[in-house]
Amino acid sequence: MAHAQGQQHPIGIYLKIWGLLFILSTASYLVDYFHFQGYLRWFLIIVFMLLKAGLIVAVFMHMIWERLAMMYAILVPPLLLMVLLGIGALEADYTFFTRGAFFGAAPPPAQHVPAQHR
Amino acid sequence: MTTSGGSLPLPEGLQGFVADWSSDQRAFKGVPWGKAMMWIFLLSDTFIFSSFLIAYMWVRMSTTEPWPNPSEVFALTLWGKKIPLILIAIMTFVLISSSGTMAMAVKFGYEKNKKMTFILLLITAALGATFVGMQAFEWTKLIEEGVRPWGNPMGAAQFGAAFFMITGFHGTHVSIGVIFLIIVAIKVLRGDLDHERPGFLTGRKGNYEIVETMGLYWHFVDLVWVFIFAFFYLW
Repeated sequence: MAHAQGQQHPIGIYLKIWGLLFILSTASYLVDYFHFQGYLRWFLIIVFMLLKAGLIVAVFMHMIWERLAMMYAILVPPLLLMVLLGIGALEADYTFFTRGAFFGAAPPPAQHVPAQHR
Repeated sequence: MTTSGGSLPLPEGLQGFVADWSSDQRAFKGVPWGKAMMWIFLLSDTFIFSSFLIAYMWVRMSTTEPWPNPSEVFALTLWGKKIPLILIAIMTFVLISSSGTMAMAVKFGYEKNKKMTFILLLITAALGATFVGMQAFEWTKLIEEGVRPWGNPMGAAQFGAAFFMITGFHGTHVSIGVIFLIIVAIKVLRGDLDHERPGFLTGRKGNYEIVETMGLYWHFVDLVWVFIFAFFYLW
């Protein structure tokens, strides 16, 4: 095999990343435990999530040691999902609006309708 | 599987990117084919899980019923105290630990340390099985509380459908991963990889690269859980 050496890295880096993932998971759990709400909650959840995902892909899956051809082939296509996400959000918002407009009279408790949607 | 050029060093950076893709040869240089193919598979799996998560976002945004609060739904009473989301937090730590042991198994594999690779693969499989067990417990608990794919007592009917679909699909991946891990662990222990014995359904010689390929799959399962934990349980 021409590339028999494979991906060899000191064990310390795995242990450090492992520790970091534990800290980040604890942090994201604490977001729920301390009942952070609203934009602060969403911001923290996404930050911790992206940090964890990045560490796993970069180090555990060895992506930072791969050649750029591989990196781009795997990491760029998922960005397309942002389009689906956007379309989904628009459509869901509209559906919520029409449900409110046409079936809105039926559910008796008014507090069920979130404030940001009229 | 000889690399082109032999001793010629491959260009790095963006130049390397262009050179690799325009080389009229395999584009992914310096990686075993199995690893490149596993990455492509994981890319397709990313799209599947993303579709589920986006569909979940869609139903959660569009429902006029209140969404059940996951913090309370997944709370457990331990030592007389109600702790929110504790089971999910433990599951997260179990899965992250299994990712750590997997990464080390890959490292020891390339060092041809048969014993350590085997032990670490087995620990990874055991942690994976623990995770699936806890998920089965969670499903049982929710089903007993009356959560169904078409409705539940806590609020929006779509909660059950999203929950069973997303965690079910993820749990299936973990279960398949555990089986895959055990198979690779046995191959390591038997010395199949040291003696380059061909594997099941293939004439190619076995070697320790399959441990890394297996590892990619396992880390991906952990990666998906990171997103499920954030969007389904914490949101």
